[in-house]
Amino acid sequence: MTAPGVRGFVLEALPGDEQNLLSAALATLAEAFTVIAEPAAPGAGPRRRIWLDTFDWRLYRAGLVLVFEQARRGGRLLLSQADGTPQAEQAVTSWPRRPPLDLPEGPVRDRIIVLTRPRALLPVVRAVSTASVTRLLNADGKTVARLVADRITVTAPSQPAASHAATSQTATTAELAPRLAVTEVRGYPGQARRASALLAGVPGVAPASQGTFMAALTALGRHPADYNSGVAAEITAAMPAPVAVARLLLRLLDTVESNVDGVLRDIDTEFLHDLRVAVRRTRSAVKLLGAVLPDELAKHYQAEFKWLGDVTTPVRDLDVHLLGFDAMAAQLEAASPADLEPLRAFLARRRAREIRRLAAALRGPRFRAIADDWRKALLEIRDTGSARRRPPAAVTLALSTTGRAFRRVATQGGAIIPASPPESLHDLRKRAKELRYLLEFFAPLHDPVAYRKVVGDLKQLQDCLGDFQDSEVQRGEISSLAEAMLAERAAPAVTLLAMGEIAAKLARSQAQAREEFAVRFARFAGPAGQERVRVLLEGPS
Amino acid sequence: MKIFATYNIKGGVGKTTAAVNLAYLSAADGHRTLLWDLDPQGAASFLFRIKPRVKGGGKALIRGTKALDDAIKGTDFDDLDLIPADFTYRNMDLLLGGPAKGNTAKKPTRRIAQLLRPLAAEYDHVFLDCPPSISLVSENVMHAADVLVVPLIPTTLSVRTLDQLTEFVAGFDGHRPQILAFFSMADRRKKLHQETIKDLQAERVNVAATPIPSLSLIERMSVERAPVTAFAPRSVAARAYRDLWAELGKKT
Ligand SMILES: Nc1ncnc2c1ncn2[C@@H]1O[C@H](COP(=O)(O)OP(=O)(O)OP(=O)(O)O)[C@@H](O)[C@H]1O
Ligand SMILES: [Mg+2]
Repeated sequence: MTAPGVRGFVLEALPGDEQNLLSAALATLAEAFTVIAEPAAPGAGPRRRIWLDTFDWRLYRAGLVLVFEQARRGGRLLLSQADGTPQAEQAVTSWPRRPPLDLPEGPVRDRIIVLTRPRALLPVVRAVSTASVTRLLNADGKTVARLVADRITVTAPSQPAASHAATSQTATTAELAPRLAVTEVRGYPGQARRASALLAGVPGVAPASQGTFMAALTALGRHPADYNSGVAAEITAAMPAPVAVARLLLRLLDTVESNVDGVLRDIDTEFLHDLRVAVRRTRSAVKLLGAVLPDELAKHYQAEFKWLGDVTTPVRDLDVHLLGFDAMAAQLEAASPADLEPLRAFLARRRAREIRRLAAALRGPRFRAIADDWRKALLEIRDTGSARRRPPAAVTLALSTTGRAFRRVATQGGAIIPASPPESLHDLRKRAKELRYLLEFFAPLHDPVAYRKVVGDLKQLQDCLGDFQDSEVQRGEISSLAEAMLAERAAPAVTLLAMGEIAAKLARSQAQAREEFAVRFARFAGPAGQERVRVLLEGPS
Repeated sequence: MKIFATYNIKGGVGKTTAAVNLAYLSAADGHRTLLWDLDPQGAASFLFRIKPRVKGGGKALIRGTKALDDAIKGTDFDDLDLIPADFTYRNMDLLLGGPAKGNTAKKPTRRIAQLLRPLAAEYDHVFLDCPPSISLVSENVMHAADVLVVPLIPTTLSVRTLDQLTEFVAGFDGHRPQILAFFSMADRRKKLHQETIKDLQAERVNVAATPIPSLSLIERMSVERAPVTAFAPRSVAARAYRDLWAELGKKT
């Protein structure tokens, strides 16, 4: 029925007046066609649909719309472009109450998995609609077009609130303006055009400018892409530095809080990852920019956010192992991937235990106090300025802190020689990360082109330092896991051998990262790199 | 894609009535179904309230300057489409013998089969409704069809019609359509009808067990302009066509 050539309209009627407007539309069509109601197909109940996306709107951002059309048993997944062009379709036998991380194999999954992994699909909007169909007949009594009138009720499923502020205003159920569609009967395109032209002339009938999904989001007061894990806070160059820093920290606190629910419900591993990044950014911001905040405040929350970061570490470490498990197993040469399965089971058991601990911490009073009191303190600074009478401007703070952070990276890195201990590289990694965060915090104040050049090189250096340290850390973890498994008598010999092989591989990739370091560092902090940073901070000469 | 054709050299035996009802039943079963009304009289088109007109006429279709796809009209029923008749189909024999675009088969008897091939992805079942006669058109239809559905009036002569057709098809080299005949307009009150039916069903394997009785409700189709299976689904007539369709499903 939603054949080619569907033309959509919206009835812009006052509530309660929809029926009259529909009658007016039918009366207009009756000038050109015989208009008869089509009896509902036997057993045709209301149509149920659920639109799906990841928490961070990955499909929406890629210009895609995914909807699950519920049938009596199971249903179909339909993937289309934002303009409605179909992309892929897949039958699913059942849709579990908790949407799975991975869809069952099929064309829709194949098309989206690279975008969504490792995120879960969540229901964004549910819709229940009842359609009434009117046939438009020509003088021979032949159906030459159909008018489908759709009554749609939409609901926002309960799910992690994307934005701290938005929760209170979000409606949970809304009735959409009735939608009319003229559908073409094959071979009669002219008649559908004619019916559409007539409809378009009826006062109160407007062309549908949005698809049902977008209309539903609007009606529910939801803004698509209302979550992203970036830092872009609303700051300006002239703003007093304490106000800018408070805005930045509030933005990070929003990100922390937005992810708590998803962590507690263990929906996917990215909630915890985003939460941890926001915590790390907060700690760096307090450390590097905290001078513009009241002394006691900075000191207290430095400790609180360290605690928060630490309680999230065990689960994240296990997530990293589990996410990389298959890739790791696939690399084995001597051992077989199956040998590692006891390790997977061991990791999963540990994770179940650690996630309970983490949940207790996030539900506990200490976390609540951080969230509430920190917010209160920051809001006060944001809205009243600062205690200091003549604070510097945001741009002054940005340039001085970023310049200092760069010099620190350049000096520490420049002192590293092949014989330097691993700790010197780990330390440099921290400094590089601080510089990166400062760049990101103040990104709105920088020239975008100069910014991209500096960040591009820095990222390569960070990746290299990350590989170096992560290989070492993971090797250490593999051996402590092996010990723990032995202690619990959960370690068959083949598994230990396979783990030994993994450890050897990690040692090799660490050595490789160490070799690459000199080149990466020179590119970032050599004369050309210095010049790029100078242009960023002082402008072109 | 399975192609059915209703065929009999004789006129007025129930070819169109069978094609229309069987195509409707096929679509109602959920098969994507297409009916091509090849008779310039346009009886099948009329029964679906579709004007017997193809833009560019039969010439454009047969020569291949207009894709068959573009001539298709949706009926009022889900999954059932129709290619209308056109008055110019009366010259179809000449057109089939003439030049054609992309005619790789070269043989004028394979043209319709060739034209239908691109529709294989779009339709599960195709029904061809033929005008009565032996002509290049009917020969084309026999080559294109997987199943010839042959309505027989229960008279002694009808046996000969069936035998002649069977023999003719047996002479094809390569693809040969399967033949399934059924008794059409069978009158229960006529003793001769009943005897012929019994004899022939016993003698021939390719005669359907389901006869279509002669019923005034079937004649009403031209007034209702719809298949009897659609406007009177619970009638004896509709049941007979459903039984015949089920039998076709089993035997072909
Ligand atoms: N079983 C039946 N009972 C009564 N009337 C019938 C029956 N089958 C067909 N008819 C009527 O007989 C006439 C001829 O039927 P139909 O058009 O189906 O035959 P045909 O073989 O297609 O004819 P033609 O050779 O002219 O194309 C029509 O008026 C039709 O309504
Ligand atoms: Mg006929």
